[in-house]
Amino acid sequence: MTWLIGSLVFWVAAWLLNVWLANGPWRGRRAVRIAVPVIFGISLLVLWEGVVRGLQVSPVVLPAPSAIWARIVQSFPILWQDFVQTAVKGAVSGYVIGCMAAFLVAILVDRKPFLKRGLLPIGSFVAALPIVGIAPIMVNWFGFGWESKAAVVVVMVFFPVLVNTVQGLDEASAMQRDLMRTYGAGYWQELARLRLPAAMPFVFNGLKVATTLALIGAIVAEYFGSPTYGMGFRISTEVGRLAIDMVWAEIAMAALAGSAFYGLVVLFEKWVTFWHPSQRNRAGD
Amino acid sequence: MTNDAGLLKGRIMPVLTVVAAILALWYAAAAWMNAPWTLAQAERAGKTLTLSEIVKDTMRQSRPRLPAPHQIAAEIWKTTVQKKITSKRSLIFHGWITLQATLAGFALGAAAGIVMAILITYSRTMELGLMPWAIISQTIPIVALAPMIIVVLATLGVEGRLVPKAIISAYLCYFPVLVGMVKGLRSPHREQLDLMKTYNASGIQTFFKLRLPASVPYLFTSLKIGIAAALVGAIVGELPTGAVRGLGARILIGDQFGQPIQIWAALSAAAILAGALIAIVGLLQRLTLKRMGMAQ
Amino acid sequence: MKAKEEKLRQDASECPRETVILARNLDLVFQTADGPVQALKDVSLDIARGDFVSFIGPSGCGKTTFLRVIAGLEEPTGGEITVNDLTPDEARRLRAYGYVFQAAGLYPWRTIAGNVKLPLEIIGFTRAEQDERVKKVLELVDLSGFERKFPWQLSGGMQQRASIARALAFDADILLMDEPFGALDEIVRDHLNEQLLKLWERTGKTICFVTHSIPEAVYLSTRIVVMSPRPGRIHEVIESPLPRERPLEIRDTPEFLEVAHQVREGLKAGHGYDE
Repeated sequence: MTWLIGSLVFWVAAWLLNVWLANGPWRGRRAVRIAVPVIFGISLLVLWEGVVRGLQVSPVVLPAPSAIWARIVQSFPILWQDFVQTAVKGAVSGYVIGCMAAFLVAILVDRKPFLKRGLLPIGSFVAALPIVGIAPIMVNWFGFGWESKAAVVVVMVFFPVLVNTVQGLDEASAMQRDLMRTYGAGYWQELARLRLPAAMPFVFNGLKVATTLALIGAIVAEYFGSPTYGMGFRISTEVGRLAIDMVWAEIAMAALAGSAFYGLVVLFEKWVTFWHPSQRNRAGD
Repeated sequence: MTNDAGLLKGRIMPVLTVVAAILALWYAAAAWMNAPWTLAQAERAGKTLTLSEIVKDTMRQSRPRLPAPHQIAAEIWKTTVQKKITSKRSLIFHGWITLQATLAGFALGAAAGIVMAILITYSRTMELGLMPWAIISQTIPIVALAPMIIVVLATLGVEGRLVPKAIISAYLCYFPVLVGMVKGLRSPHREQLDLMKTYNASGIQTFFKLRLPASVPYLFTSLKIGIAAALVGAIVGELPTGAVRGLGARILIGDQFGQPIQIWAALSAAAILAGALIAIVGLLQRLTLKRMGMAQ
Repeated sequence: MKAKEEKLRQDASECPRETVILARNLDLVFQTADGPVQALKDVSLDIARGDFVSFIGPSGCGKTTFLRVIAGLEEPTGGEITVNDLTPDEARRLRAYGYVFQAAGLYPWRTIAGNVKLPLEIIGFTRAEQDERVKKVLELVDLSGFERKFPWQLSGGMQQRASIARALAFDADILLMDEPFGALDEIVRDHLNEQLLKLWERTGKTICFVTHSIPEAVYLSTRIVVMSPRPGRIHEVIESPLPRERPLEIRDTPEFLEVAHQVREGLKAGHGYDE
């Protein structure tokens, strides 16, 4: 019971601290912007630990964070192998291939307005579909290895990136295009110096959506057949054995991998589109 | 009249052309991918086939690597119109199962997204504390959680698969709604807010008379994304969990029994369902905005 | 360089003057969803080298359209137009125009220097020459020291000066300015008007300037073209008797007010104040 009450008190205290930080004299500081979510996250973990211990929740239902951490430390080699197989070989390779293909197709399509008008509505529709469903087909076509996972990821990331890039390439204003014409600029000059840079905020929106999809695709595809390692494989087998702490350890890895992947893309975005108002506001706040 | 002709020429024709091109490519790919099997069969039988015979055969295999579009259409016809809705083989039956989970998850996710958006708009603590975690939550591959949610709910005594699927649906659906709604609630200009201040309007009045109406267009745009995401969630919730009912289950069973046409039919049904759901939300959007006088 | 400028100025002040832009009976009809719209009707005008010509008139009078026709951005449906004895399109390919829009239209991802350099890169100047020209034109518009700033770090007036520098950078023959100061406040505008006149004095360029403001048109121009709407046409061309040397105070002299009055009367007669 002390665990339960103690963790609740901790959580409330952390919340009050956050309220004070968020509205207090340092509200604008960068440190506060980082500290508040971190404190919030830690307080949730403590609450979780307290509830599990205080109510003696069965580890089959919900293991405590400490137990999950112990499992991560203990099984790290397995987790690492799974991570490499699924996240690096499956997700990242598929992501790179799919995004590059979409980018190139977008630039080709952009030259033909007719094609663009035809492809854009279809592309946005397909982007909204549950494409993960093709996972069993890809496993059938490309086998149990990482190649089939990458193939699923390629198809999943292709459409959001395509649609965003095509839209982005239309972003440059008519005035700026006229300006290019008064310079007598050619098609490729206009593309390289005006339309591609102007498209970048859109391209990155697509790339960010695609990071999430990439890991989902790679993991789901493993449910349909994989070697005896990989995050999706591990989760489905460990669930069957009711080794829930191992499942949580995989989830923690997946969360870490997903956030790191997303974070990398965001960093890259900041570097490329530093000039965009959305980036400027954040920097200046 | 010029408008209709313009619409046909400007928007529908390009789409139809691209669809036709995709179908043509599909047929070509089907012939190319299914030909090896045809040739192997012929060799075993000691026959030599002409090109047209090969192509013909690739279009009617029962277990093709890539089914031709008309095979998928025939399968859909067979499992919808020609089957009773209650039949286990009816796609409508399976679609209904998935739709239930989708709608439940959508309602849950949209409600959660809207409530969180209001909290984030009005509380700086919430904004700073919650928003980063909302973003991180989306980078976590939810499918990793799917099998576990089902097992855990089962041990907790929650029967059936509707609830776990709806939870996964809601998880995928709440985020776009949250983001769109925050944008919408913050869309009133400074002058509009100042105007409310000069009336000495209360916070609740400002909310209902300014922020909420201003957010409606944003809300609907994000609801369209949200409902598509909810369907993805429902199907993802069926895939890794050994479900026996639902469109995801059809894909799963089609995989286990080596019935590619069935997989493709289920995928197409999911696509049609997604299109219908988005269209319905779009229609609601147009009607609502028209009534509010916000339609463009 | 100096000699060339000197010569240009002489050309500008001596009669007979060399015609740079020659328009004869220009027509331009836009096909819109609501049927054809006559944007320009029977527009004829000669513009001599070194002239500062203002186009003034209510919205819809075709002043911007005419500027775009000169620049080769719009194709006339009737009549003739030549620029330096070439078609506008040919002149555009030879980079005869520096165009300045109402919005500065600087690329947010390039620094001020980078923006001014943009046309130079496209045209293909050497690196060294690019740097030299950037330095020169930024001095000309009083923006030295801001090379490495990004546009969004500068005020609206400074951004517009940078966009003028960009138009000047490749030494185009003709400066086309479409309400360049329309979005700026009166004080900044006065200052930029004064600077623009000095710049014109120094470079001897031919300037076509679209504006809504009568005082601005009278203060800047050697000739004022009064246009009227529906269909867009030239109502009257007023030759300014004001000297080329113009301090801001000239705006209080009777001569200035007389020209302004003439322009106002012209606008009224051309149904400029309908609506």
